[in-house]
Amino acid sequence: MDITVNILLTIATAATPLLIAAIGELVVERSGVLNLGVEGMMVMGAVGGFGAGYLTGSPWIGLLAAVVVGALFSLLFAVMTLSLATNQVATGLSLTLLGLGLSGMMGTRFVGQPGVRLPNLDIPGLSSIPVVGKLLFGQDPVFYISIALTAAVMWFLFKTRTGLTLRSIGDSHTSAHALGIKVIRYRYLAVIFGGACAGLAGGHLSLVYTPQWVENMSAGRGWIALALVVFASWRPWRVLAGAYIFGAVWIGQLHAQAFGIPVPSQMLSSLPYLATVVVLVLISRNKRLTMMNTPASLGQPFVPDR
Amino acid sequence: MSANHDGANLLEVRGLTKIFGTLTACDHVDLNIAKGEIHALLGENGAGKSTLVKMLFGSLEPNSGEIFWNGQAVRIPSPGVAKKLGIGMVFQHFSLFEALTAAENIALSLDDGSPIGSIAAKARALSYSYGLPLDPESLVGDLSVGERQRIEIIRCLLQTPQLIILDEPTSVLTPQEADKLFETLERLRAEGKSILYISHRLEEVKRICDRATVLRHGKVVGHCNPREETAASLARMMVGSEVKSVVRAPAEGIETAQPLLEIRGLNRKPATPFSIPLKNIRLDVRAGEVIGIAGVAGNGQGEFFESVSGEVLQQDATSVRIRGKDAGGLTITGRRLLGAAFVPEERLGHGAAPRMKLSENLLLSRHATDGKAFVGTGGMVKSGAVYAASQRIIEAMDVRKSAPDPEAAALSGGNLQKFIVGRELDRRPSVMVVNQPTWGVDAGAAAHIRQALIELSRSGSAVLVISQDLDELFEISDAIAVMHNGVLSEPMPIAEATFEKVGLLMGGAEPGHAEHTLETA
Repeated sequence: MDITVNILLTIATAATPLLIAAIGELVVERSGVLNLGVEGMMVMGAVGGFGAGYLTGSPWIGLLAAVVVGALFSLLFAVMTLSLATNQVATGLSLTLLGLGLSGMMGTRFVGQPGVRLPNLDIPGLSSIPVVGKLLFGQDPVFYISIALTAAVMWFLFKTRTGLTLRSIGDSHTSAHALGIKVIRYRYLAVIFGGACAGLAGGHLSLVYTPQWVENMSAGRGWIALALVVFASWRPWRVLAGAYIFGAVWIGQLHAQAFGIPVPSQMLSSLPYLATVVVLVLISRNKRLTMMNTPASLGQPFVPDR
Repeated sequence: MSANHDGANLLEVRGLTKIFGTLTACDHVDLNIAKGEIHALLGENGAGKSTLVKMLFGSLEPNSGEIFWNGQAVRIPSPGVAKKLGIGMVFQHFSLFEALTAAENIALSLDDGSPIGSIAAKARALSYSYGLPLDPESLVGDLSVGERQRIEIIRCLLQTPQLIILDEPTSVLTPQEADKLFETLERLRAEGKSILYISHRLEEVKRICDRATVLRHGKVVGHCNPREETAASLARMMVGSEVKSVVRAPAEGIETAQPLLEIRGLNRKPATPFSIPLKNIRLDVRAGEVIGIAGVAGNGQGEFFESVSGEVLQQDATSVRIRGKDAGGLTITGRRLLGAAFVPEERLGHGAAPRMKLSENLLLSRHATDGKAFVGTGGMVKSGAVYAASQRIIEAMDVRKSAPDPEAAALSGGNLQKFIVGRELDRRPSVMVVNQPTWGVDAGAAAHIRQALIELSRSGSAVLVISQDLDELFEISDAIAVMHNGVLSEPMPIAEATFEKVGLLMGGAEPGHAEHTLETA
């Protein structure tokens, strides 16, 4: 029983950073902007979070710093692509390269230092209920943030007027502009939100997952988050499902490898990617729904003629 | 019915000027719109109509000039400001969001924060009261162009504007739908609203407009009361000279002529969720005749053209036959080699590569079919021959240009279209398929292109023209077929065809039940 609970807990911990980064990118892409810099913003959040936590001794200040660093870093992307209308793909890729290099440089003095870890939730009485207590009331705070964030984004996109406006901009920025909607302003806010989420996901890595700083510690999770958004056809609950499938298969194959199953480890390591793609492709078979949810103006720079 | 001219002007425009680079799109334009009138803005493509209304709606900023609203000088820096003043606009190229529902589309343009649920009810009520029924829950991507326009109009009316700008509203409607629109406009006028009506269809301007302002090359060239003018005199004001009318000699001996293009049981599944499937299309185009295909935009004409031209291959090779040979499995080049020629709808990017010279564009489309003429040994391009051929086309079609061999994008729409049509005509094709031959082309160039197509058919070729412009089809066709929802009707000989009959088919009436539908409508 305990083993099962522990496995479930590690799955949640593995899925949380993917979910947060992907939900942030989902909002960005719904506004019609493709930010390929998730990996870079994430690793910047990780180093910023670790550094602030290490220097102040407070993991909470660390987490806040991760969010702020991610948001500020995304602002660079926003200024380039939105105000200067540069190519979003090229700018996003360079943001990732810049983030990886810059974080490595900033983090040299943190390598090998002991970090601080965000304490798990502990509600007297509730957290000690067998099985359910640990899963529902005993996880790290970022896990709860990630679930609340997914619900909030779902509500925002599909139930609020502002969310509708954001989706409309993603569908056609020229039409939105013709209606008098401030396209660039909305996109700025969406990109910064996405950056803050990626930063938070990075903070989770260096303050919860493995409370230390290792160069390149995002280890491709930003790319997985990007892929999740597409395979989930830009719908929040599917992103959640995708993140958890990925987390589950990831943890499962780790256990299988430790168990010594006679399958090449490379095969096992590729399983999470395969499983996630297969499942998400299967649930996105409805072409019509996918079409409806795909932001039609994704990746196109918007320059209003004056 | 008569308009109220006593009231003060709702909108006055003084010396409005807009310059794009070296082009003065609007040059000191003056315009007065009284309360409760339908005011026509006339002009050819490129005369500056769209630029002018974009400045009135705040999408473009004028370089100089003044705008007075109810006598007050105003600046309109954004569409939001225009809406606050009470200016509403129905766009020519709709500004709707395809992936959203009608109600969501409407909600987006209302700033009062009312919940989406109540907007759906309001929109439904208003749409029925104006006789423009609308289902707020339907997805815009699934709607016909006419239905989309209803959403645009309802969206505009829900903001209770004082001035409504309509940009070419009837270009996508069936004649019956247009009649409905005119009733709505007259009702709005009776309510004291003003309407600025942009159109190049002179008959309808004469029918519903109280006054007209005519633009040519960005300048106001006249004001008139359209009811006192004839269509010919209005056309003369717009163009600045007489427009040659198209002559169509009766086609002779068609009954016994060979079909050069045969389409049999042509089916096609929709490529995207929003595109139209083609259902069992059957059509013969014989040597010496022009067949026109009418239809409201988005009823499968684009899909049909792609299938006939070979941009999309068919499963069944016999579904398209060119000069008696199965061509369904052939690519565009294969079909061209059989003697066919194709002119697609989109000029820039599809019919021609915008940043390439005219001679290069000629080579692009003809190197495979006229290899011997244009490409020498070892694949070297004979640039002299290509240049000479392009000059021959330019002369034959009277293409006006600024340089000897300019880039395609540097030509005006009408002149580029003349070149593209001329490029195909130059091969003397035995089968010619043209999609929207004169869309967005000025009257002079349009007449030239139409005449050239008729002459090609009379010299023994089969010509198939797909067009949304009914006037054009009636001018050039020997028979008209109608495409509705991916189904093509039997061709109707031109002597029997009327606007009304064709219009009913465009709206989806069964040929046999056409009259019945009219009674109940």
